[in-house]
Amino acid sequence: MDVAAELLISVFLVISGIFGFVGSYGLVKLKNTVQRLHAPTKATTLGVGGVLLASIIFFYVDTGHVSVHELLISLFLFLTAPITANFIAKAYLARNTPQDELPPSDRDFGWSIYDDPPDGEADR
Amino acid sequence: MLTRLVPHPLLSLTLVLVWLGLVNTFTLGNLILGTLFGLIIPMVTAAYWPNRPRLARPFKIIEYVLVVLWDIIVANVQVAMIILFRREPDIRSHWIPIPLDLKSAEAITVLAGTITMTPGTVSAMLAADGGAILVHCLHTDDPDSVRDEIKSRYERRLKEIFP
Repeated sequence: MDVAAELLISVFLVISGIFGFVGSYGLVKLKNTVQRLHAPTKATTLGVGGVLLASIIFFYVDTGHVSVHELLISLFLFLTAPITANFIAKAYLARNTPQDELPPSDRDFGWSIYDDPPDGEADR
Repeated sequence: MLTRLVPHPLLSLTLVLVWLGLVNTFTLGNLILGTLFGLIIPMVTAAYWPNRPRLARPFKIIEYVLVVLWDIIVANVQVAMIILFRREPDIRSHWIPIPLDLKSAEAITVLAGTITMTPGTVSAMLAADGGAILVHCLHTDDPDSVRDEIKSRYERRLKEIFP
Protein backbone atom coordinates (compact mmCIF):
# COMPACT_ATOMS: atom_id res chain seq x y z
CA MET A 1 0.00 0.00 0.00
CA ASP A 2 1.48 3.31 -0.95
CA VAL A 3 2.21 6.10 1.46
CA ALA A 4 -0.41 8.52 0.16
CA ALA A 5 -3.23 6.04 0.81
CA GLU A 6 -1.91 5.20 4.25
CA LEU A 7 -1.65 8.88 5.07
CA LEU A 8 -5.20 9.55 3.90
CA ILE A 9 -6.57 6.61 5.91
CA SER A 10 -4.70 7.77 9.01
CA VAL A 11 -6.02 11.32 8.65
CA PHE A 12 -9.61 10.09 8.50
CA LEU A 13 -9.09 7.77 11.46
CA VAL A 14 -7.58 10.56 13.55
CA ILE A 15 -10.40 12.97 12.62
CA SER A 16 -13.01 10.43 13.60
CA GLY A 17 -11.16 9.69 16.81
CA ILE A 18 -11.14 13.36 17.76
CA PHE A 19 -14.85 13.80 17.08
CA GLY A 20 -15.74 10.58 18.87
CA PHE A 21 -13.80 11.83 21.88
CA VAL A 22 -15.43 15.27 21.81
CA GLY A 23 -18.86 13.62 21.62
CA SER A 24 -18.16 11.57 24.73
CA TYR A 25 -16.56 14.52 26.53
CA GLY A 26 -19.69 16.57 25.81
CA LEU A 27 -21.76 13.98 27.66
CA VAL A 28 -19.63 14.57 30.76
CA LYS A 29 -19.31 18.35 30.47
CA LEU A 30 -22.81 19.50 29.58
CA LYS A 31 -25.14 19.68 32.50
CA ASN A 32 -28.69 19.06 31.32
CA THR A 33 -30.13 16.21 29.32
CA VAL A 34 -31.29 18.19 26.30
CA GLN A 35 -27.88 19.81 25.96
CA ARG A 36 -26.24 16.41 26.24
CA LEU A 37 -28.29 15.24 23.27
CA HIS A 38 -26.30 17.57 21.03
CA ALA A 39 -22.96 15.94 21.71
CA PRO A 40 -23.64 12.39 20.46
CA THR A 41 -26.05 13.27 17.63
CA LYS A 42 -23.51 15.47 15.96
CA ALA A 43 -20.01 14.69 17.07
CA THR A 44 -20.57 11.03 16.32
CA THR A 45 -21.89 11.51 12.77
CA LEU A 46 -18.48 12.78 11.70
CA GLY A 47 -16.81 10.37 14.12
CA VAL A 48 -18.45 7.37 12.49
CA GLY A 49 -18.24 8.95 9.03
CA GLY A 50 -14.46 9.27 9.29
CA VAL A 51 -14.01 5.59 10.13
CA LEU A 52 -16.30 4.60 7.27
CA LEU A 53 -14.40 6.75 4.76
CA ALA A 54 -11.11 5.28 5.99
CA SER A 55 -12.62 1.82 5.61
CA ILE A 56 -13.77 2.47 2.03
CA ILE A 57 -10.31 3.74 1.06
CA PHE A 58 -8.54 0.88 2.82
CA PHE A 59 -10.54 -1.85 1.12
CA TYR A 60 -10.32 -0.11 -2.23
CA VAL A 61 -6.52 0.09 -2.03
CA ASP A 62 -6.21 -3.36 -0.48
CA THR A 63 -8.55 -5.41 -2.68
CA GLY A 64 -9.34 -3.11 -5.60
CA HIS A 65 -13.08 -3.39 -4.98
CA VAL A 66 -15.31 -0.55 -3.91
CA SER A 67 -17.19 -1.59 -0.80
CA VAL A 68 -20.74 -0.25 -0.50
CA HIS A 69 -21.41 -1.51 3.03
CA GLU A 70 -19.99 1.67 4.53
CA LEU A 71 -22.41 3.83 2.54
CA LEU A 72 -25.29 1.71 3.78
CA ILE A 73 -24.10 2.03 7.37
CA SER A 74 -24.09 5.82 7.08
CA LEU A 75 -27.50 5.75 5.35
CA PHE A 76 -29.01 3.71 8.19
CA LEU A 77 -27.33 5.95 10.78
CA PHE A 78 -28.84 9.04 9.15
CA LEU A 79 -32.26 7.39 9.26
CA THR A 80 -32.07 6.24 12.89
CA ALA A 81 -29.98 8.82 14.79
CA PRO A 82 -32.49 11.73 14.57
CA ILE A 83 -35.35 9.46 15.61
CA THR A 84 -33.52 8.25 18.71
CA ALA A 85 -32.64 11.83 19.64
CA ASN A 86 -36.25 12.89 19.12
CA PHE A 87 -37.55 10.10 21.35
CA ILE A 88 -35.08 10.88 24.12
CA ALA A 89 -35.94 14.60 23.96
CA LYS A 90 -39.67 13.90 24.06
CA ALA A 91 -39.43 11.41 26.93
CA TYR A 92 -37.28 13.86 28.88
CA LEU A 93 -39.70 16.75 28.29
CA ALA A 94 -42.72 14.68 29.20
CA ARG A 95 -41.21 13.61 32.52
CA ASN A 96 -39.30 16.71 33.61
CA THR A 97 -40.48 19.88 31.95
CA PRO A 98 -43.69 21.69 32.83
CA GLN A 99 -45.47 23.23 29.88
CA ASP A 100 -44.82 26.83 30.93
CA GLU A 101 -41.04 26.39 30.68
CA LEU A 102 -41.33 25.96 26.93
CA PRO A 103 -42.14 28.79 24.51
CA PRO A 104 -45.74 28.70 23.24
CA SER A 105 -46.35 27.13 19.84
CA ASP A 106 -48.19 30.28 18.65
CA ARG A 107 -50.94 28.10 17.22
CA ASP A 108 -54.40 26.97 18.18
CA PHE A 109 -52.87 23.75 19.41
CA GLY A 110 -50.08 23.39 21.96
CA TRP A 111 -47.06 21.07 21.84
CA SER A 112 -47.94 17.49 21.15
CA ILE A 113 -47.06 15.93 24.51
CA TYR A 114 -49.41 18.34 26.34
CA ASP A 115 -52.18 18.77 23.83
CA ASP A 116 -54.40 16.42 21.84
CA PRO A 117 -54.34 16.60 18.05
CA PRO A 118 -57.34 18.03 16.20
CA ASP A 119 -60.23 15.60 15.73
CA GLY A 120 -59.73 13.06 13.01
CA GLU A 121 -56.08 13.83 12.48
CA ALA A 122 -54.71 11.52 15.14
CA ASP A 123 -54.32 8.69 12.64
CA ARG A 124 -53.14 10.79 9.74
CA MET B 1 -50.76 -2.63 -15.61
CA LEU B 2 -47.35 -1.20 -14.93
CA THR B 3 -48.58 0.90 -12.04
CA ARG B 4 -50.18 -2.18 -10.48
CA LEU B 5 -47.00 -4.19 -10.85
CA VAL B 6 -44.79 -1.38 -9.58
CA PRO B 7 -47.01 0.79 -7.37
CA HIS B 8 -44.07 2.65 -5.87
CA PRO B 9 -41.17 2.84 -8.34
CA LEU B 10 -38.94 4.84 -6.03
CA LEU B 11 -39.30 2.32 -3.20
CA SER B 12 -38.63 -0.53 -5.63
CA LEU B 13 -35.48 1.16 -6.90
CA THR B 14 -34.31 1.84 -3.34
CA LEU B 15 -34.86 -1.78 -2.37
CA VAL B 16 -32.88 -3.05 -5.36
CA LEU B 17 -30.00 -0.69 -4.61
CA VAL B 18 -29.97 -1.49 -0.88
CA TRP B 19 -30.03 -5.21 -1.65
CA LEU B 20 -27.09 -4.88 -4.05
CA GLY B 21 -25.29 -2.83 -1.41
CA LEU B 22 -25.92 -5.43 1.28
CA VAL B 23 -24.54 -8.34 -0.74
CA ASN B 24 -21.73 -6.00 -1.87
CA THR B 25 -21.06 -7.84 -5.14
CA PHE B 26 -22.79 -7.09 -8.40
CA THR B 27 -23.88 -10.30 -10.14
CA LEU B 28 -26.85 -11.05 -12.37
CA GLY B 29 -28.28 -13.41 -9.74
CA ASN B 30 -28.20 -10.72 -7.07
CA LEU B 31 -29.76 -8.20 -9.44
CA ILE B 32 -32.64 -10.61 -10.17
CA LEU B 33 -33.12 -11.41 -6.49
CA GLY B 34 -33.01 -7.69 -5.64
CA THR B 35 -35.55 -6.91 -8.37
CA LEU B 36 -37.78 -9.64 -6.97
CA PHE B 37 -37.62 -7.99 -3.52
CA GLY B 38 -38.23 -4.63 -5.15
CA LEU B 39 -41.41 -5.97 -6.73
CA ILE B 40 -42.78 -8.05 -3.86
CA ILE B 41 -42.13 -5.82 -0.84
CA PRO B 42 -43.99 -2.73 -2.19
CA MET B 43 -46.95 -4.95 -3.17
CA VAL B 44 -47.14 -6.59 0.25
CA THR B 45 -46.77 -3.33 2.16
CA ALA B 46 -48.96 -1.19 -0.14
CA ALA B 47 -51.73 -1.05 2.46
CA TYR B 48 -49.49 0.79 4.91
CA TRP B 49 -48.98 3.92 2.83
CA PRO B 50 -52.35 4.90 1.40
CA ASN B 51 -51.51 8.49 0.43
CA ARG B 52 -47.82 8.64 -0.26
CA PRO B 53 -46.36 12.00 -1.26
CA ARG B 54 -45.36 12.75 -4.82
CA LEU B 55 -41.85 14.00 -5.30
CA ALA B 56 -41.39 16.91 -7.61
CA ARG B 57 -38.06 17.99 -9.02
CA PRO B 58 -35.79 15.04 -8.13
CA PHE B 59 -32.66 17.06 -8.87
CA LYS B 60 -33.51 19.27 -5.93
CA ILE B 61 -33.06 16.21 -3.71
CA ILE B 62 -29.40 15.94 -4.73
CA GLU B 63 -28.89 19.64 -4.03
CA TYR B 64 -30.60 19.23 -0.66
CA VAL B 65 -28.46 16.22 0.31
CA LEU B 66 -25.25 18.08 -0.59
CA VAL B 67 -26.30 21.18 1.37
CA VAL B 68 -27.15 19.03 4.40
CA LEU B 69 -23.90 17.02 4.23
CA TRP B 70 -21.89 20.23 4.11
CA ASP B 71 -23.86 21.65 7.03
CA ILE B 72 -23.25 18.47 9.03
CA ILE B 73 -19.49 18.86 8.65
CA VAL B 74 -19.70 22.53 9.68
CA ALA B 75 -22.04 21.58 12.54
CA ASN B 76 -19.61 19.00 13.87
CA VAL B 77 -16.80 21.53 14.04
CA GLN B 78 -19.01 24.22 15.61
CA VAL B 79 -20.43 21.89 18.25
CA ALA B 80 -16.97 20.50 19.01
CA MET B 81 -15.68 24.06 19.53
CA ILE B 82 -18.57 24.86 21.87
CA ILE B 83 -18.04 21.68 23.87
CA LEU B 84 -14.26 22.03 24.12
CA PHE B 85 -13.69 25.74 24.57
CA ARG B 86 -16.77 27.31 26.09
CA ARG B 87 -17.17 27.28 29.84
CA GLU B 88 -20.33 25.58 30.94
CA PRO B 89 -22.09 28.71 32.38
CA ASP B 90 -21.47 30.54 29.08
CA ILE B 91 -23.43 28.07 27.01
CA ARG B 92 -26.77 29.75 26.36
CA SER B 93 -29.29 27.17 25.16
CA HIS B 94 -32.64 28.18 23.76
CA TRP B 95 -35.95 26.60 22.91
CA ILE B 96 -37.02 27.90 19.53
CA PRO B 97 -40.53 27.37 18.15
CA ILE B 98 -40.56 27.34 14.35
CA PRO B 99 -43.85 27.71 12.47
CA LEU B 100 -44.06 25.25 9.57
CA ASP B 101 -45.33 25.83 6.06
CA LEU B 102 -44.80 22.19 5.14
CA LYS B 103 -47.93 20.08 5.25
CA SER B 104 -47.06 16.48 4.42
CA ALA B 105 -45.92 14.21 7.26
CA GLU B 106 -43.00 12.92 5.19
CA ALA B 107 -41.66 16.42 4.51
CA ILE B 108 -41.89 17.35 8.19
CA THR B 109 -40.08 14.12 9.11
CA VAL B 110 -37.23 14.95 6.74
CA LEU B 111 -37.04 18.49 8.12
CA ALA B 112 -36.99 17.26 11.73
CA GLY B 113 -34.23 14.77 10.90
CA THR B 114 -32.23 17.46 9.13
CA ILE B 115 -32.56 19.84 12.06
CA THR B 116 -31.31 17.18 14.45
CA MET B 117 -28.28 16.39 12.29
CA THR B 118 -27.18 20.01 11.68
CA PRO B 119 -25.65 23.04 13.48
CA GLY B 120 -26.23 22.73 17.21
CA THR B 121 -29.95 22.10 16.91
CA VAL B 122 -32.16 19.18 17.94
CA SER B 123 -35.81 18.92 17.00
CA ALA B 124 -37.82 17.96 20.06
CA MET B 125 -41.49 17.85 19.11
CA LEU B 126 -44.30 19.13 16.94
CA ALA B 127 -47.35 21.15 17.84
CA ALA B 128 -50.38 18.88 18.20
CA ASP B 129 -51.70 19.88 14.78
CA GLY B 130 -48.27 19.58 13.11
CA GLY B 131 -48.09 23.31 12.39
CA ALA B 132 -44.97 24.16 14.35
CA ILE B 133 -41.81 22.42 15.48
CA LEU B 134 -39.94 22.91 18.75
CA VAL B 135 -36.18 23.06 18.32
CA HIS B 136 -33.52 23.08 21.00
CA CYS B 137 -30.46 25.12 20.15
CA LEU B 138 -27.26 24.32 22.05
CA HIS B 139 -25.79 27.80 21.92
CA THR B 140 -26.97 30.97 20.24
CA ASP B 141 -27.28 34.63 21.05
CA ASP B 142 -29.93 35.22 18.43
CA PRO B 143 -32.71 32.59 18.35
CA ASP B 144 -34.59 34.46 15.60
CA SER B 145 -31.74 34.12 13.13
CA VAL B 146 -31.56 30.36 13.80
CA ARG B 147 -35.25 30.12 13.00
CA ASP B 148 -34.93 32.17 9.83
CA GLU B 149 -31.96 30.13 8.66
CA ILE B 150 -33.78 26.81 9.11
CA LYS B 151 -36.78 28.20 7.26
CA SER B 152 -34.83 29.63 4.36
CA ARG B 153 -32.15 26.96 4.05
CA TYR B 154 -34.04 23.70 4.57
CA GLU B 155 -37.77 24.32 4.56
CA ARG B 156 -37.73 26.33 1.36
CA ARG B 157 -35.91 23.51 -0.46
CA LEU B 158 -38.20 20.85 1.01
CA LYS B 159 -41.23 22.80 -0.16
CA GLU B 160 -39.94 22.50 -3.71
CA ILE B 161 -39.27 18.75 -3.32
CA PHE B 162 -42.60 17.91 -1.62
CA PRO B 163 -45.09 20.24 -3.36
